Amino acid sequence: MDKIFEKPESIREKETHYCPGCGHGIVHRVICEVVDDLGIREKLIGIAPVGCAVIAYDYWNFDVTEAAHGRVPAVATGIKRSLPDRIVFGYQGDGDLGAIGTAEIIHAANRGENITIIFVNNTVYGMTGGQMAPTTLLKQKTATTPAGREQKMHGFPLKVCELLSVLPGVVYAERVTAHSPQNILKAKKAIKKAFENQIKGLGFSIVEVLSPCPTYLGLSPQDAVKWVGEELTKEYPLKIFKDIT
Amino acid sequence: MAKKVLMCGNEALAEAAIIAGCRFYAGYPITPQNEIPAYMSKRMPEAGGVFIQSESELAAINMVFGSSLTGARAMTSSSSPGISLKQEGISYLAACELPAVIVNIMRGGPGLGNIAPSQSDYFQAVKGGGHGDYRQIVIAPASVQEMADLTMLSFDLADKYRMPVMILGDGILGQMMEPVEFKAETKPGIKKDWILDGCKGRKPRIIKSLILNESELEKFNLKLQKRYKEIKDKEQRCEVLYGDDSDIMLVAYGTPSRICRSVVEKLRKKGKKVGMIRPITLWPFPEDAFKKLAKKIKSFLVVEMSCGQMIEDVKLAIDCARPAHFYGRTGGEIPGEDDIIKEIENING
Amino acid sequence: MAKVKIDPEKCKGCGLCILYCPKGHIKQSKALNKKGAYPVGMTEKYDCSGCSFCAIICPDLCITIDK
Repeated sequence: MDKIFEKPESIREKETHYCPGCGHGIVHRVICEVVDDLGIREKLIGIAPVGCAVIAYDYWNFDVTEAAHGRVPAVATGIKRSLPDRIVFGYQGDGDLGAIGTAEIIHAANRGENITIIFVNNTVYGMTGGQMAPTTLLKQKTATTPAGREQKMHGFPLKVCELLSVLPGVVYAERVTAHSPQNILKAKKAIKKAFENQIKGLGFSIVEVLSPCPTYLGLSPQDAVKWVGEELTKEYPLKIFKDIT
Repeated sequence: MAKKVLMCGNEALAEAAIIAGCRFYAGYPITPQNEIPAYMSKRMPEAGGVFIQSESELAAINMVFGSSLTGARAMTSSSSPGISLKQEGISYLAACELPAVIVNIMRGGPGLGNIAPSQSDYFQAVKGGGHGDYRQIVIAPASVQEMADLTMLSFDLADKYRMPVMILGDGILGQMMEPVEFKAETKPGIKKDWILDGCKGRKPRIIKSLILNESELEKFNLKLQKRYKEIKDKEQRCEVLYGDDSDIMLVAYGTPSRICRSVVEKLRKKGKKVGMIRPITLWPFPEDAFKKLAKKIKSFLVVEMSCGQMIEDVKLAIDCARPAHFYGRTGGEIPGEDDIIKEIENING
Repeated sequence: MAKVKIDPEKCKGCGLCILYCPKGHIKQSKALNKKGAYPVGMTEKYDCSGCSFCAIICPDLCITIDK
């Protein structure tokens, strides 16, 4: 019998701390599948963010560091510039990348740093208890928007791929989603391309992955993936925003 | 012997960093340290290193974090308000046991203050600055020559103890020009078996600061404390003038120590028993030297370009066994020789 | 026919595999596992084409498939 689906080498056996139905486990695995496919595990340095994915280093079977909140792109810059022949990727959530680390992501992208950023957008701060994220939808209820996000008070949902794709340093920006098997396969293709761009030395690539957080959406895991597919993709359209590779 | 060249302190420091093997510099413009990034922008590419003008001090210190974890000798520099921004990163460097050299060419504060020389970041530098139970080694040069020599030492100490080292200068030391001699052409690095460079031929490594388990974090913090104790035992540095036959000892570091030095020489010529102790390491504070002096000296006069910060460490070091007086100027003002002499006369009665 | 192996102790019972199995051959157990979740398992007479949708959507790497 042939294995048609098994754990990638780049992921560890350890069970994750993620809630049932959380998209992080899927995105972690997909990254590891890509790393195995490209044979880059031994020259890879990953950077975990602050947020729910802070313990990603426990799940990935390659060199990993962990950055201060929002500083992943700056740390990635320091690593990649010092070791240009290694592969460096940052894993960031919506609060990490879209709020506290906005300056770092924009300038790393604008410098055209030859790195790969995987941006997981689940519209809430999971680790701290479901507060509003920069990407929270209008009217979406969170721990800090009990009546729903109101534009006058909290502004608009932040469109990261749209923003970054106008920067000349960005060679590839795509938004995908992890809410269904078909879309996860597409996400894998995008993530693979983002790593291949770096291997070829082309510049800054970002893949935004829409991801379910059943716990803080207040939905069952099954309803959460449906919500991502039906509602979240309306505000955040799935698209290649830029590809000049 | 290498020939002497005339350089400003900031440039001497930058050149010394290159000689010490620093191959990564990131920084953000702020006066009065701008000569450092300007010099680095020219010299780093020549030396095969990396220069980045970052989007902020936060980004700069985190770039240094990234470079340091690959094993490179990495440095950033700034001045007071910018150093406040770097505190987050310094705490993470300490927590991740990463070596780095951080230069603070202090200016007047608080807030934006001014760009005149000051020493009002002493507390921030020696008492922690960032969050958590950590320390950084703090080095205080007092001449352009020391800006060079102590920079090289700082890289060695950072690597040896795997921790951040801060060079605490002030606007005068950064800007003034003096002859300087670079005593080495290159310095050998230290082998690092903890870096992240891809896990080829070894098990994957993790560099992180999150330790959720309380007993593990306590154990880690106590491990750091043990290292800090070792540093306190081995790395105290100071210069003592007339330690054996003085009634009063001036205490000063950096620019005020230069002024105090000429006060001492002037008064000695008049037969007054005045000496000086100049801490070179502010952390670890040269407590042992102070303890010895406290047995022989009648009183201390601490001279600072602040409202009185180092004086607290002097009192702790001598356990208040002798009176410790204070004379300080603040806001970018500099203590004058005559003012210090007047203070000494007042104390002596 | 492909053979599906689900680790009942690793499973957190999110049920996403149930949602996406095109044949509806995955079901939730009525008994709790050690972590307090109702793990999923294959129906008694399942007929798997090996599409792997269940394994692809599983956030917890509980599923391996042989063919």
